[in-house]
Amino acid sequence: MNPDKRSAVELMIRYGFLVLMAGLIVFFGSTAEGFLTPFSAVFILQSVAITGILALGVTATLVVGGFDLSIGAVATSALMLSSYVMVVWELSAFWAVLLCLLMGAAVGLVNGLLIVKMKVPDLLATLGMMFLLVGAQRIPTEGRSISTGMSLPDGSTANGTFSEGFLMLGRHRLDLILPDLLPLSVVFLIAIAVAVWVFLELTRHGRLMYAIGSNAQAAALAGANVNRYKVVAYMISGVLASVGGILLAARLGRGDVASGNNLLLDAVAAALIGFAVLGASKPNAFGTAIGALFVGILLQGLTMLNAPYYTQDFIKGAVLVVALVFTFALSARGSRGRG
Amino acid sequence: MTEATIKLVGLRKAFGKNQVLRGVDLDLAPGQVTVLMGANGAGKSTLVKVLCGVHAADAGTVTLAGVAFAPASPSAALRAGVVTVHQNINDGVVPDLDVASNLLLDHLADGAGAFLNDRKMRARAREIAAAVGLEVDVARPVAGLALADRQLVSIARAMAQEPQLLILDEPTSSLSATEAERLFALIERLRAQGVAILYISHRMSDIRRLADRIVSMRDGAISGRFEGQPLDYSGAVRAMLGHEITEVDITIPTPGAPVLEARGLVLRPGARPFDLTAPQNEVIAITGLVGSGKTALAEVLFGLAQPTAGSLRLDDAPYTPRTATEAVAAGVFLCPKDRLINAVVADFDITRNLTLPFLRRHSRAHFLRRASENATATRMVGEMGVVCQSPADGILTLSGGNQQKVMVARWMAEASRLLILDEPFQGVDIQARRDICAKIRATAQTRATIVFVAELDEALEVADRILVLSEHSIVGAHRNENIDVAAIMAEVVDAAPETTRELA
Repeated sequence: MNPDKRSAVELMIRYGFLVLMAGLIVFFGSTAEGFLTPFSAVFILQSVAITGILALGVTATLVVGGFDLSIGAVATSALMLSSYVMVVWELSAFWAVLLCLLMGAAVGLVNGLLIVKMKVPDLLATLGMMFLLVGAQRIPTEGRSISTGMSLPDGSTANGTFSEGFLMLGRHRLDLILPDLLPLSVVFLIAIAVAVWVFLELTRHGRLMYAIGSNAQAAALAGANVNRYKVVAYMISGVLASVGGILLAARLGRGDVASGNNLLLDAVAAALIGFAVLGASKPNAFGTAIGALFVGILLQGLTMLNAPYYTQDFIKGAVLVVALVFTFALSARGSRGRG
Repeated sequence: MTEATIKLVGLRKAFGKNQVLRGVDLDLAPGQVTVLMGANGAGKSTLVKVLCGVHAADAGTVTLAGVAFAPASPSAALRAGVVTVHQNINDGVVPDLDVASNLLLDHLADGAGAFLNDRKMRARAREIAAAVGLEVDVARPVAGLALADRQLVSIARAMAQEPQLLILDEPTSSLSATEAERLFALIERLRAQGVAILYISHRMSDIRRLADRIVSMRDGAISGRFEGQPLDYSGAVRAMLGHEITEVDITIPTPGAPVLEARGLVLRPGARPFDLTAPQNEVIAITGLVGSGKTALAEVLFGLAQPTAGSLRLDDAPYTPRTATEAVAAGVFLCPKDRLINAVVADFDITRNLTLPFLRRHSRAHFLRRASENATATRMVGEMGVVCQSPADGILTLSGGNQQKVMVARWMAEASRLLILDEPFQGVDIQARRDICAKIRATAQTRATIVFVAELDEALEVADRILVLSEHSIVGAHRNENIDVAAIMAEVVDAAPETTRELA
């Protein structure tokens, strides 16, 4: 390969995805009326906030060479748990949030221990946990959705309500330049993305987690506590998934058993698209956030162009496949050593 | 000379800007063992990969028995009769499958009908195994075999193809002396059958044993051809390096106070207890066959395994590491063998590989300080003489010898009390070996140093004192001065354990 061609490929790997995204924005901006407005931008952000937060959790497990398939189930469990705590137990929003976060951490801990202590392969352990949670969250209400006034299995009526403070988490909008512009959930997404990025890129713990993902044996022989870091990664994933579930509950205002079906696949897609951003070829927080944003822009633009809703999954899948080609085929060619 | 089986003319191959093969011309005749020597990065591995169909050449021609040969894939090369046994054993076997399936893998991959007949397969597999002297139950999974047996499986698998050209890339690097001897006998039999053999090795003992002809390679081209008995070994080394290699001259310093003291150490049930003292300012080489307990001892000293009995003291205080983390904290560092499995973090650049064990020192309140990392990397790259464009180069862009220098540098970047190096010269050319040796000796006064090596030549180059390990116990100690090599060899081999092959 001659040098010019080589550097062209490198440029393409590095900036290809960002260019594609810029092109998409220009395209939708010129064809879809009202696409290039602050409210449209905020709508996109809001639509990706929950999947983005889940995707950042998956990213943490991908970094240590694992995979967490239980995030969607953790999120819907948090949705049901927070509703149950407030509507049936009639406790405050504080307890709802606290118990959800503890539940997420506990699920992550169990996932991690299944993987490092019981040696269950990561996909299988978290798949098992997914089924377990999907089932468990329906038992207390005998499969029904949770809302104020529902009748309980013991014949009584649930009188609790979602507190205003809790609903604010999912619905409140801050004034930023324009009144009522910035949803609180978007603030959470940005704060969590920055925190995960800082943790993974700038701290020694993040560095060790990347080392574990690349060669766990070498990391162990260099003195890293591999098992502890793996468990921590699954706990991060569990906690972030429960945050996503809390925000979903706050947005819906009821414990809807049918919501959150797409969370897992969308989050995984965002994290994998993230591999391609800036030619990282590895899981990374910045790429994941961009990946989530990319999917959001695409879907919002298509919606505004009146593309039918049922084409959305197809287009997400196509984007994912293109991103994976960017990551694996092109970067493997660019960086192949002589071995 | 007989008609060449395989003829390479003007073979060129580049990876990006890096011209790895710059016009290789080479003939390989049937019934002849051609040893290919070359420093790390000379292009040997790339040449092999072109011949076995992993890479396509950019220019040049290869003819096999008079027919143009440009395999598009490893299986195409196999079908044409070019068989390769790779250095990395696990490249040659599928650990989860049983021995029979492994032996017939190429046959299976060819599409031998949709259904498998276990009984027939096993019978055929037993024939193939018997032909190379492999005595294992063919129904056993390969993952359960000793490393040496796994290699024999990969060689036996290659033999099943009735090759015209057999390429062996450092095949003895994990074999014991008896097992290597079995391999040599096999190679000699194939030579007599008229197979052309290309044998790549850094091991002088292998080369002396087998070579009909030596070809030296340097900077991507053939730099010397040596034929006719006696072979000109020093000429071949000179052609490979481009300069003379000087003899190593060891001056033994006065050892300091004991750093590590082991008393009554028993490495496994039934082994004889032994004592070991490693003083400051002394480099100890511990040698022995594969399976003699070198790895077991290294693991005990580094906290990866617990001894059956005995006690360890470090700087006159009890030393009972239970994990690698504890050993490192106590100042005991281990540079492990098999760098690609145990040491190299492939996704990281040189700097990040170097600083991996000591991130705490390069960080403040959990946050890494890049300036501190970069300073250490620049210093160590300079001190070790790692050949690279910058410490930000990916670790896999380096040649094997330079990768190994980075792995050794990783553990020399910080002061240690006891530095253990397990096979630090594995897959490393003679020049890089000398560089690493010199660095180990030059920094030895601040600590105790233990180097585990299977090759006696390497022990003689690096050590002040040589200990011989056999049957998991120390059977001899020699000051590296006017040494009686034959006596050491006798200790190494005499008490050799029965090959640890389980009866299946």
